[in-house]
Amino acid sequence: MVMSQTDAAFSNAEPIEQDVAVSVRGVSKNYGAVEALKDMSLEFPRGQLTSLLGPSGCGKTTLLKIIAGLLKPDTGEITVNGKAVVGPGPNRAFVFQDFALLPWANVMRNVAFGLELRGVAKSEREDKAAKYINDVGLQGFEKAYPHELSGGMRQRVGLARALSVDAKVLLLDEPFSAVDEQTRRKFQEDLLALVANENKTFIFVTHSIEEAVYVSDQIAILLPRPSRVSEIIRPSSFRLKGAENIRRDPEYLDIVDEIWASLRDYVE
Amino acid sequence: MYIKGYKLPAMSSLLIWGLLWEIVGQLGLTFFVPPLSEVFVTLFNIIGTPAFLKALSETAQAFLAGVFFSVAIGIPVGILMGRSRLLDELLLPWVNIFVSAPLTALVPVLMVLFGFGLKSIIITTTLFGIWIIILNTRAGVRQINRSLVEMASSFGASPLDAFLKVYFWAALPEILGGVRIGVIRAVKGVIIGQLLISIVGFGALFELYATNFLMSHFWAVLIVLFALAFSISEFLRYLENKVSYYAASR
Ligand SMILES: Nc1ncnc2c1ncn2[C@@H]1O[C@H](COP(=O)(O)OP(=O)(O)O)[C@@H](O)[C@H]1O
Ligand SMILES: [Mg+2]
Repeated sequence: MVMSQTDAAFSNAEPIEQDVAVSVRGVSKNYGAVEALKDMSLEFPRGQLTSLLGPSGCGKTTLLKIIAGLLKPDTGEITVNGKAVVGPGPNRAFVFQDFALLPWANVMRNVAFGLELRGVAKSEREDKAAKYINDVGLQGFEKAYPHELSGGMRQRVGLARALSVDAKVLLLDEPFSAVDEQTRRKFQEDLLALVANENKTFIFVTHSIEEAVYVSDQIAILLPRPSRVSEIIRPSSFRLKGAENIRRDPEYLDIVDEIWASLRDYVE
Repeated sequence: MYIKGYKLPAMSSLLIWGLLWEIVGQLGLTFFVPPLSEVFVTLFNIIGTPAFLKALSETAQAFLAGVFFSVAIGIPVGILMGRSRLLDELLLPWVNIFVSAPLTALVPVLMVLFGFGLKSIIITTTLFGIWIIILNTRAGVRQINRSLVEMASSFGASPLDAFLKVYFWAALPEILGGVRIGVIRAVKGVIIGQLLISIVGFGALFELYATNFLMSHFWAVLIVLFALAFSISEFLRYLENKVSYYAASR
C-alpha cells in the first residue's frame, strides 16, 4: 500500500502521456437552450483518483454520464484506454449518488446484478459478489434488503456492485453525499485504501472541497456558465503521510483555502 | 368497527346488514326481497346442481381467459407505452377513451362480429379489464427511478433484460393495483356479456330466474358471484401488500 502511494507520488510529479486512462476532448453538451458542457477537455491518469469539483449545475454529472456512455455528447470525443466511447461498456462501472439498488432484491443479488446482466453464471457471480461484500464490510448482510440498510450501507452495496464487475475505470457521482458525516469520513478513508490497492482509475464527482482534497491525486475545478475546467490541482506531499494525518497537513489546508477562494464567487 | 371503544369482530357490519335484509324479507314488503335465510337455503340447494355447475364452469372459463388476455397484453403494452414516447402518443388517447367508455354498448356489436358464444364473452371480459391494467402499468413504469434505468444500461443490460429484470419489478406495485381493478372490471364484463347474450353461463341462469320470478334463486347466484369477485380482489390486494414494502423506496 505504501509502495503504490509512492508510485502515485512519482507519477504525480511527471504525468506520462501513455498513462492516461480516460481522455475527454472538446466535449460539448446542450440540454435544449442550457449549455451544460462547452468544449471541455480533460485527462484522467491511470490508477489515480481524479475529482471533478465545482458548484452544483456546472455539469459534473453530465460529464460523468458522457464518460459512462449513458449520454451522447453533442460534439467531441471520449476515449478509454485509447478506444472511443460509443456507449456503456465493461471497462467502466458507475456508482450512483442515490445508490440505484433494486429494492426487491437482497444485497447478494444487488451486488451480483452487474455480473448477472453480463451473463455470468449464478454460482460464479455469487462467489465474486461474496468477496466484494466482504471487502466493503457487509458480511452477514447478504440476505438483507436495501430498505433494511442505512444509507451508508446501501452505498457500500452500490460500491461492491461496481467493484465486482472488475471495470478498470470507476465513475462515482457524489457517492457519499447522501450519507451522514461520520460514515462519510470512514468512506473517504476506505476510498484511499481502495485507490492504493486496486489498480483502477477513479473519477470522483463531489461538491465538497475538503472531500476532494482529501481523496484526490488530481482535482479538476469546474466552473459554470459557460462550464469549463478552470484549474487542475495535483496535491503531492501530504498523500504519503497516512490517512490520519492528511487533514492537519499545511498543504492540505492551503489547497482547501485556495480552492475556496476561486469558487466563492460562484456561490449564490 | 368500534362501538363505545369495543372492537367488534371483522365482518360484523355485514351481520347487521344481513339482519336488516332478513327483517325486510320477513315483513314481505316486496317479492323482490325474499328473506336472507330463504336465499341461503336456495343457495345450498342449487350450488351442486348441474345447471349451476355448468354456469360456473362456463363463466370461469370466459373469465379466466379474459383476465389472461388482459394481463398478457395489458402489461407489455403498458410497459412499452411507459418507455416509448412514440407508442405512448399513438396509443394513449385510445386507452383513455376505452377506460372510461360505456363498454356495455359495444357488446351487441361484438356479438354481431364474433357470434353469440364464448368468444364474444371472452372479448368483452378482456375489453373491460385491459385498459386500466395498461394505464396503471404505464404509470408504474413512468415513475421508475431514472437512475435504476441508467444503472441497468450502464451494466450493459439488453432491452429484454431491462424489461424483465428492472422495469417489470419496479412497476410491480402499480401493475398489481391495475390488475386488481382490471379483474374486478372483468367480473363485470363477464357477467354483462353473459346477460346480454343470455344463453350461456350465469347469464342463462339469471334469465331463467328473472323471467320466472325466482327471486331467492336470483339473489343466491348473485351472492355467489359477489363472494367470488370479493375473494379474488382480496387475494390480489394481499399480493399488492406483499410488494408494497418497496413501493415507497424505489
Ligand atoms: N436532463 C436534463 N434536462 C435539462 N437540463 C439538464 C438536464 N440535466 C442537467 N441539466 C442542466 O445542465 C446543467 C448541468 O447539470 P449537471 O450535469 O447535473 O450538473 P452538476 O452535476 O454539476 O450539478 C444544469 O444547469 C442542469 O440544470
Ligand atoms: Mg450532479
